[in-house]
Amino acid sequence: MALQSLDIQRRSASPTQPPVVREHVTEVAKLIDTSTCIGCKACQVACSEWNDLRDEIGSNVGVYDNPADLSAESWTVMRYAEVEEHGKLEWLIRKDGCMHCADPGCLKACPSPGAIIQYSNGIVDFQEEHCIGCGYCIAGCPFNIPRLSKKDNKVYKCTLCSDRVAVGQEPACVKTCPTGAIRFGSKDDMKEFAAERVAELKTRGFEQAGLYDPAGVGGTHVMYVLHHADKPELYHGLPKDPAISPLVSLWKGALKPLATLGIIAAGVAGFLHYMTVGPNRADDDEEGPR
Amino acid sequence: MTNHWVDIKNANLIIVMGGNSAEAHPVGFRWVIEAKTRNHAKLIVIDPRFTRTASVADLYVPIRSGTDIAFLSGVIRYLLTNNKVNRDYVLAYTNASLLVHPDFAFDDGLFTGYDAAKRSYDKASWAYQLDDAGHAKRDDTLADPRCVWNLLKAHVDRYTPEMVETLCGTPKDAFLAVCGHLADTAAPDKTASFLYALGWTQHSVGSQNIRTMAMIQLLLGNIGMAGGGVNALRGHSNIQGLTDIGLLSTSLPGYLTMPSEKEATLAEHLAKYTSKPLLDGQLNYWGNYPKFFVSLMKAFWGDSARQDNQWGYDWLPKWDKGYDVLQYFELMHQGKVNGYLCQGFNPIAAFPNKNKVSASLAKLKYLVIMDPLVTDTSTFWKNHGEQNDVDAASIQTEVFRLPTTCFAEEDGAIVNSGRWLQWHWKGADGPGEALPDTEILAGIFLKLKALYAKEGGAFAEPIEKLSWAYGNPAIPRPDELAKEMNGKALADLPDPKTPGQYLARKGELLPGFALLQDDGSTSSGCWIFAGSWTQAGNQMARRDNADPSGLGNTLGWAWAWPANRRILYNRASCRPDGTPWDKSRVLIKWDGAKWSGIDVPDFKIDEPPGSPMSPFIMQAEGMGRLFALDKMAEGPFPEHYEPFETPLGTNPLHPKVVSNPAARVFPGDLEQMGKADHFPYVATTYRLTEHFHYWTKNVWLNSVLQPEQFVEIGEALAKEKGIAHGDMVRVSSNRGYIKAKAVVTKRLQPLHVNGKTVHHIGIPIHWGYEGLAKKGFLANTLTPFVGDANTQTPEFKSFLVNVEKL
Repeated sequence: MALQSLDIQRRSASPTQPPVVREHVTEVAKLIDTSTCIGCKACQVACSEWNDLRDEIGSNVGVYDNPADLSAESWTVMRYAEVEEHGKLEWLIRKDGCMHCADPGCLKACPSPGAIIQYSNGIVDFQEEHCIGCGYCIAGCPFNIPRLSKKDNKVYKCTLCSDRVAVGQEPACVKTCPTGAIRFGSKDDMKEFAAERVAELKTRGFEQAGLYDPAGVGGTHVMYVLHHADKPELYHGLPKDPAISPLVSLWKGALKPLATLGIIAAGVAGFLHYMTVGPNRADDDEEGPR
Repeated sequence: MTNHWVDIKNANLIIVMGGNSAEAHPVGFRWVIEAKTRNHAKLIVIDPRFTRTASVADLYVPIRSGTDIAFLSGVIRYLLTNNKVNRDYVLAYTNASLLVHPDFAFDDGLFTGYDAAKRSYDKASWAYQLDDAGHAKRDDTLADPRCVWNLLKAHVDRYTPEMVETLCGTPKDAFLAVCGHLADTAAPDKTASFLYALGWTQHSVGSQNIRTMAMIQLLLGNIGMAGGGVNALRGHSNIQGLTDIGLLSTSLPGYLTMPSEKEATLAEHLAKYTSKPLLDGQLNYWGNYPKFFVSLMKAFWGDSARQDNQWGYDWLPKWDKGYDVLQYFELMHQGKVNGYLCQGFNPIAAFPNKNKVSASLAKLKYLVIMDPLVTDTSTFWKNHGEQNDVDAASIQTEVFRLPTTCFAEEDGAIVNSGRWLQWHWKGADGPGEALPDTEILAGIFLKLKALYAKEGGAFAEPIEKLSWAYGNPAIPRPDELAKEMNGKALADLPDPKTPGQYLARKGELLPGFALLQDDGSTSSGCWIFAGSWTQAGNQMARRDNADPSGLGNTLGWAWAWPANRRILYNRASCRPDGTPWDKSRVLIKWDGAKWSGIDVPDFKIDEPPGSPMSPFIMQAEGMGRLFALDKMAEGPFPEHYEPFETPLGTNPLHPKVVSNPAARVFPGDLEQMGKADHFPYVATTYRLTEHFHYWTKNVWLNSVLQPEQFVEIGEALAKEKGIAHGDMVRVSSNRGYIKAKAVVTKRLQPLHVNGKTVHHIGIPIHWGYEGLAKKGFLANTLTPFVGDANTQTPEFKSFLVNVEKL
């Protein structure tokens, strides 16, 4: 549900965007410092507790990652990657979940008006009452985040705790993180803090340390401090240059007027058919015995 | 901890060894991260496994499980041979300069005085050379070959970097890198903090693991300093509190000693434990033992404890041997135990050799379980399939389950690792018929007392005379119990300095243990807690986190024993002349008239610098002990002994003495020890951050995070065995087997030890046959029934197994 205290700046499948009333709103961001994350999964529990989610008790498939993947009941999971860089073993641990892109592929791909919205503070939120379960947002996401629920055929993902943020609280994962590896604030402040962390990591020999805030999606409202910012894919496949799929761009970009024309043409053709040939009728026989 | 959680942030170097603090103590680990991000501290992890702590470390160093003493003795050798010690500190504050008894020696794995038949030592020669006044002889030039310094040098001389590599499998370069980082903290203004936990205690040489590290900290001058210390991170919430009130079977509250049957009278007991100074001018605080002991007797038996009945000394049980859990289950196994009260304890899961524990429980007539949860022990008699394949019909043990509340369902104090007593308030009522443990125990006590009154019986006095002065005898309140622990004046206590004034009036709560008396005029249920609930109120409930120094010494937050002191031995943070070693981290200093600062001085408050009094005031010589006298079971210096199940089958240092010669091991258990020919891999058990022991398998979300039992196997061994990610494997020891999923990992590397390749198998412990998580095998099916020679903590961290793909 939309929140009265947050302005919506973009709605899916809506040709005209709503006006933003509060002009003083600053962009927010969550910063995840992979170099101080200990992979304890407290954020997973806090997310489930706050959002009242209870995923199923699964199986061990030979790794620490549990649940093994995101789901409609697990909106964030830790990803563990054992890598050897410069002959040294590293266990890179990354909290995975929605990146809240400035240019959200999910919102662009969504055909249902208002099922995906973007608040003026940058949070991208799903409005399940408008979701039609088509799964286009899944195809549209460059980070493979949204998950379709088998229970209600609607799509779910991290809300960046928009309900908490709307009343001036930090997201549940941020509040619970024991080492302070997850922080929340204005995007500017988070970038400033990230710069401090990057500088500190460079003193420890991580020369390629940097901030992950990919330009291909207009920047994100969830950012990472990485020890190896030159190789984000080391972190369990974090995309190096994420971008919205060209198909979605085409569908929602150049093809959109054409498609709209097509819909109009189909309507016109149908009307002409009705006027010239008359209505289609189903024969009683075709319905078969009851 | 000598220091406390927040103080970790002040360290320059943090070594996590014998522990995995990021996983086992994720909340406290924030202070390690603070040290890194704010203090530019280095973090080093030394462990057989590359853990989640290692994932945020600057340096990870592998080591074979059970060889920590060899590693740390190698560090001591490095510090001594490279002169990387804080020499002024060592000379003034440690017993390096004291002379050792001429008969003391170490030869081929054994110290002087060994009795092979008893597996114990006559410790007569583990002593100082004394002068006519009974004081230790001293040579401040360190030239005398019998001074501790020279004996230590000779003792550790065998632990060369090459020997460390041979025993530990640690590459020489990595070992020397650790030595170099540690040596840097010999500078007076640099400190290292060691964080450890069960990875050190759960060995047959557990206490000596810790001692070796403490010796390093003494040599570096890191004890008593902000950001330094010897820091045990405790496992269970409030296990520190349990230790404080007498966890060991031969202990009484406040680290007093339970009398043995050899001490027939109070006078004999007090003579043995009232410490006499071993050097001139020392505070020798254990010289106050009678005051603490008599005040405890007054807390136990109230008015019935009188001088003419030795304050009730005869009513205390007297031990013939320690009754630790291993001993108790051995007796149970022999059919010598009728009933067992199992309070907040899940022994079939938590103690070694599950099959022996199960067989022992089956010999009981009755078993009482007091726990908030369904424990595996409470249904040990039930067939749970392969995970607990017992014949229920043949087990006659009657099991009573008394549900208890948990900590959030009652008021009380929890003592954290940093010795802080933090009061907490009840958050909700307990469910169903759950009662606080205190009410259950009060009910049992009152029933027993009534039965004695009605029917009489042998030795009724300890029950009849027990002080039970609670408003409602059936429901002792937490505040009443806390005040009893603190202690009170039973008579007016006059101030010896000001006639007509009183330090406390009759009936008042005591402000601290300095007021305790040995004449029956005070009572205290745990002398070290005196000061926690005073006339000024509940000090444990204080919540002022003001931190003017920025060092995190928040004296207004809760209350720390002893005397609200946050960093023990803090007199050692100053030079002998009273000036701080480190101007940027001043804890206390001499202000011309007294010691003062941001901590409560751990010293005689008005003892001026330059006096002979030394900072380690609990010791008879006032010094940190590089030579432990007779305090340890297996020797005054640490020595590397192999785990009881060793992959080498020998001890390269002394093949005739392979494992700890003073560890107690029962004959049946010795026979069950496995050998490397059938069980070639070194196994170690541990906890995961997602679970807490065997409790959270009862919790849905924790079970989601780690749903199913697994073991960790290195890639090299997995390849050899054809084991892939997620395969089922069977892990067996000479005592039983478990089946689990395989997590194949780079984080367990094969080690090259004494010419052999040694693989480790990692075994998390959290599964069992009760709970919401997938049913699993109790990991302690595999572990050996032997413990540390001093504490009897079982050797869970190093034993032998085989692994097969299923």
